[in-house]
Amino acid sequence: MAPILELRGITKRFPGVLANDHIDLKLNQGEILALLGENGAGKTTLMNILYGLYAPDEGEIIIKGKPVQVKSPTDAIRAGIGMVHQHFMLIPVFSVTENVMLGEEYTRAGGVLDTMRAANKVKEISNQFKLNIDPYALIEDLPVGLQQRVEIIKLLFRNAEILIMDEPSAVLTPQEVEELFKIMHNLIAQGKSIIFITHKLREVMECADRILVIRSGKVVGEAVPSSANPKKLAAMMVGRPVELNVQKETAKPGKPVLNVENLTILAKNKKVEVDDISFEVRAGEILGVAGVQGNGQTELVRCLTGLMKAESGKISILGKETTHSDPREITELGVAHIPEDRQKDGLVLQSPIQDNLVLNTYYQKPFAKGIVLQKDAIIKNAKNLVRAFDIRTTGPGVPVSGLSGGNQQKVIVAREFSRPIKLLIASQPTRGLDVGSIEYIHRRLIEKRDAGCAILLVSTELDEVMQLADRIAVMYNGKILTIVDADLVTKEELGLLMAGITTKISAKKRKARKVREIVT
Amino acid sequence: MTKEPSPKKENFVNVFLEEVSRSSLTIIVLAIFTGFLLGGILAAGTTPEIYDAFEVSFGKGISESLKLIWETYSSLLMGSFGNPSKMIAAVASGETKALQAAFKPFLESLVVTTPYIFTGVAVALGFQAGVFNIGAEGQLYMGAIMAAWAGWTFKGLPPIVHVPLALAVGTLTGFVWGFIPGWLKAKTGAHEVINTIMMNYIAFNFSEYLIRGPFEDPETPFKTRFIEESAHLYRFFEGTSLRLHIGLFIALAVAVIIWYILYKTTWGFEFRSVGLNPYASKYAGINSSWVTILALSLSGAISGLAGAVEMLGVNFRQTQALSTGYGFDAIAIALLANNHPLLCIITAILFGFLRHGSRVMQINTGIPIDIISILQAFIIFFIAAPAIIRTIYRLKEPKPANEPV
Repeated sequence: MAPILELRGITKRFPGVLANDHIDLKLNQGEILALLGENGAGKTTLMNILYGLYAPDEGEIIIKGKPVQVKSPTDAIRAGIGMVHQHFMLIPVFSVTENVMLGEEYTRAGGVLDTMRAANKVKEISNQFKLNIDPYALIEDLPVGLQQRVEIIKLLFRNAEILIMDEPSAVLTPQEVEELFKIMHNLIAQGKSIIFITHKLREVMECADRILVIRSGKVVGEAVPSSANPKKLAAMMVGRPVELNVQKETAKPGKPVLNVENLTILAKNKKVEVDDISFEVRAGEILGVAGVQGNGQTELVRCLTGLMKAESGKISILGKETTHSDPREITELGVAHIPEDRQKDGLVLQSPIQDNLVLNTYYQKPFAKGIVLQKDAIIKNAKNLVRAFDIRTTGPGVPVSGLSGGNQQKVIVAREFSRPIKLLIASQPTRGLDVGSIEYIHRRLIEKRDAGCAILLVSTELDEVMQLADRIAVMYNGKILTIVDADLVTKEELGLLMAGITTKISAKKRKARKVREIVT
Repeated sequence: MTKEPSPKKENFVNVFLEEVSRSSLTIIVLAIFTGFLLGGILAAGTTPEIYDAFEVSFGKGISESLKLIWETYSSLLMGSFGNPSKMIAAVASGETKALQAAFKPFLESLVVTTPYIFTGVAVALGFQAGVFNIGAEGQLYMGAIMAAWAGWTFKGLPPIVHVPLALAVGTLTGFVWGFIPGWLKAKTGAHEVINTIMMNYIAFNFSEYLIRGPFEDPETPFKTRFIEESAHLYRFFEGTSLRLHIGLFIALAVAVIIWYILYKTTWGFEFRSVGLNPYASKYAGINSSWVTILALSLSGAISGLAGAVEMLGVNFRQTQALSTGYGFDAIAIALLANNHPLLCIITAILFGFLRHGSRVMQINTGIPIDIISILQAFIIFFIAAPAIIRTIYRLKEPKPANEPV
């Protein structure tokens, strides 16, 4: 049978970069094809070409045996191609049906909206693919997992045959991911075809029918999950052997460094974001905070680092109360902060690397004498850190915006780790990074822990928390549901906790530290 | 800060600034060129004689148009720089009088350039710290009138004391006029664009009140008293009609000082960080409220100084309904210079010379002075046009591809 979609020799050049280098791809009807590759490998570029957002420099797109020109998303939709973006394109105050029919409104005579007919179609699609969506629900009331399904309905409503899903699991809880995979299988069972973009090996192994590995714009390998080996896939993806598992000794916790007592934080609209939580982090240990995005972790970190005010409760660092301290006072106590949104909070993108590397120490010796900046010292510092932290750049004067995501994160890590620090607060330290950079950052975190630093690691990646943390706190709805030893808990149990379901944690103590097979 | 800054969407001003700062030197040069080109077409298009010429024949119309454009721009250049043949003759003769007459246009253009340098640098300083100071005009007004007050109130002081004193009073007034919107922004989040505009109105009307009320000269209504001689700025050609005064060098010094502060000191590091990314600055422990207040206050102080220098160097008294436009042109000067204080000197010269030259142009060719304002507007428009379009439609320029790792 002819493939439903074929890409032949797709090539796309950007100034100085060959983003796609003669990529050939075949998608059969009714299969899930995974595009596996690091960030910057060219997956997204390829899919944007297919979706009509970029024009390829060479190559052709063939749908059902016929070459087609896809010059805009409109063309793509007409050709039966739909895309679920990483960031949803939904209007929160509109209902499901209104969102779905936006741009393709059903009308009665005289241009009156025929919401009823559209709602019926939504209902029909929902039933057909077991999506379980109420056509009249408001988007803002739906959890993220269901919002994603609305995105899928939008495509099915427009009769898409080929669905492109760009990192669809990034925003979901483990349970929601499972649900998503079920839906994807329902879709293909009924004749749809899916291209699934990801850099997560586990997901590929779990749900794809076929895997295409892309590196530096080229297809470097093809595999089927049943016979593939995660380690080999990872090596193929990165281009060198990768250590998937974090190697670490058992922690030797020392004195408490961070103490949080009955902390409550309110949002601007007085909504309780963090609800009466208490915990401590000791020197030489990593406390992982697991939880689905938006359950108070962001506010907790912002409050601990002085960026947000606490409503009540007490925070102390090294015995000194910092509840009302400003960011600089906290930094000067020896606290480092890897912020969640590195581009917004962590870096001044237009500024050169050298300035970003002294962003919170520029006023101290040797970078300043009085109020006069010492440029030589700043450049020397940058040169040292670029070397020590392996920041890939042509020079310290390059604006940070010109670096890849992984290297931008290295700039932050270099800046924060180059000071003598007692406490590290790391929020989503590897979000959006490729396997190589993740491995690097994880190693650095463990090094810091072993050097006696207390680490608070906030991550929505459950695997990351489980691999790095010595103890795990699960946050749900602003509360810490429980704090457990990382060795005593299974992924399933954590997943349930993240969804707010408190069950008894199995008390079975695993004797040997089992190396976890699964990777980011 | 009394408030947590909300994770606001990129606001209009920031988007605009970001876009403008991306425009390259090529765009600026092309914009100036295109501005002159369209200015020329407009000059021809508004002259009735050209239509008569076109009625005779198309060729005649074209040649008349070119002639007119040539005359327009050559008289503009002569008005701003002087007549080259006269200048050469004067240099050859070596007579002081002839020299002064020949170089007068050039020297007078420098006089007009002086306030432009001040206000351009003032606005650029604000932009660098992420604040849009539209109030330079009002700050200049207040600086001027209060410097004038200091100029006539203190009597019997030696110039070495009186001049700095009057300048300081003007500067301080501008500082206060900038501090108020800065403080309001930092403490309440009130937008500085609105507040600086409002402060302009207060300045215009308040100074009008002063001129017609307590500061009015009993002899000549609607004007303030003259300042004391001891408060006059030093003029290089005292006793002639040449008005070039020491203020030009004060302006140049201010530009250099602000450049030094911005690029060589921790203050400048904070200003620029807050201007580029207020969130990261807060993260890094920079007190962004303080930076906002200080940036607007300093910007106001420089504008106030501009007014004081104009008062002590050129006008010597404040008259009613005086509209300088220096504070508004300053926005264009700063943007053209990409908010770099030293480049502001160059763009201020462009504006100063155009402004002075256009007066001569009007006298010689009858082409109205407004053509030059339109020409300036064209230049700004072409630099900002891609920015405006992208701002309105919230489009992002395609980002340059990241280096592959």
